[in-house]
Amino acid sequence: MDRKVVVPGDLLSEDAKRSGEGTYIKDGSVYSLLYGLANYRDKINVIPLAGKYMPAPGDNVIGVVKDITFSNWIVDINSPYDGLLHISEYPKRIESDEMSKYLRIGSSIMTRVKDVDPTMKVELTLNDRKLGPIKTGQVIEISHTRVPRLIGKGGSMISMLKKEVNCSIFVGQNGRIWINGCRDDTDLALKTIALIEKEAHTNGLTDRIVNFLKAEKEARS
Amino acid sequence: MIAMDENDISFFKDGLRLDGRRADELRPVKIKVGVLARADGSCYIEMGGNKVIAAVYGPREVHPRHLQEVTRAIVRYRYNMASFSVEERKRPGPDRRSYELSKVSREALEPVILTSFFPRSVIDVFVEVLQADAGTRTAGINAAAVALADAGIPMKSMISSCAAGKVGDTIVLDPMKEEDNFGQADLPIAMTPNGDITLMQMDGNLSIDEFHQAVEMAMKGAKDIYELQRRALVEKYSQISAASGQEEVHLYE
Repeated sequence: MDRKVVVPGDLLSEDAKRSGEGTYIKDGSVYSLLYGLANYRDKINVIPLAGKYMPAPGDNVIGVVKDITFSNWIVDINSPYDGLLHISEYPKRIESDEMSKYLRIGSSIMTRVKDVDPTMKVELTLNDRKLGPIKTGQVIEISHTRVPRLIGKGGSMISMLKKEVNCSIFVGQNGRIWINGCRDDTDLALKTIALIEKEAHTNGLTDRIVNFLKAEKEARS
Repeated sequence: MIAMDENDISFFKDGLRLDGRRADELRPVKIKVGVLARADGSCYIEMGGNKVIAAVYGPREVHPRHLQEVTRAIVRYRYNMASFSVEERKRPGPDRRSYELSKVSREALEPVILTSFFPRSVIDVFVEVLQADAGTRTAGINAAAVALADAGIPMKSMISSCAAGKVGDTIVLDPMKEEDNFGQADLPIAMTPNGDITLMQMDGNLSIDEFHQAVEMAMKGAKDIYELQRRALVEKYSQISAASGQEEVHLYE
């Protein structure tokens, strides 16, 4: 097994070139910055077990409108920093006084982080066919640290899941997930995601999930 | 000082201390990680008779807003003693002593926290002393460091803290209440595992030689505590993998 629990300050390698995410270099050696799992590949990455979501440009996230200003919607994105969705980032031209017609306070939206500046001003956009307000389905929240596992290598896990449970699923990097489908399918999707979150740190997860889905489906039919 | 001679005899019995420890022995330590569901990170620690709980929140938005720093996160540390934590009821609320301890403890932890990762935010650390038995600041710092790691906050290293003292003209590790109250000196330190000291306080009198001896002893104690902190964190993870099912999925409207 090439994974190990590490705490901040643990020596990971004496080769500074192997420093990856969640590590830092001091005197030519690599140390851990976080409490988490060290992944020894070419680079050594430390995957945190907890922590807050930090927005990065290009991330798909699910947000909730919490305020409306003259030309921006202020969106809670499950992070220490609020997202700003400018009126011009809405796919349609809207007048400033009609903003609350399209997105009200409390509306959930699938959105994307367009830009983050050094002071952590987070700009969002809705200009993509995949993005937009959420009208049906349901949104659940898991720890954002489990999201990479839910997506899998190159999207393997999520595309398998979508196919198997027959639901539309939108995974936000901030740990919020939208699921839309008929009731039984949604229930199965919820169960599966809970299992993935619980066992996110174990090896051979995709195979286990495939088996789990098979067993669940047999039990149903 | 004149009355000291009488005390000398009573601090040691057959070369052992009042509670049966050797001079360079720690009190028993127990650390539990992730004891609070609402906090982002938490830790409960028992060091001898001290019982301390630490909770970490954040990074999160700063309120009140004027405390905000544009380039980095601020760290707030609140040390508080429960009114029932000492023999005679402690008047609740902050006092001169707890302000001081909050400040020095914050400054003991801040150097290892990467505050520049989280501009315009705050990392809140709350330390509640449930039962006090000398050395609550060190117990608080130990608990806070573990809670910070548990909250997933990036740090250059852990911090561990331990005190040394002088009683009956002998340097002892981790003084308990009797030794602290009637001893000649108390010297708490906090440090990183590789020996960078981030906190050092002293009251009482020590000669230079005694001081060096005490610092060395306290550093050795802190190193032992670091191993315990580490083990507690690693164990929490193996618990998750063994008996999974504690974490629940929250419905979001």
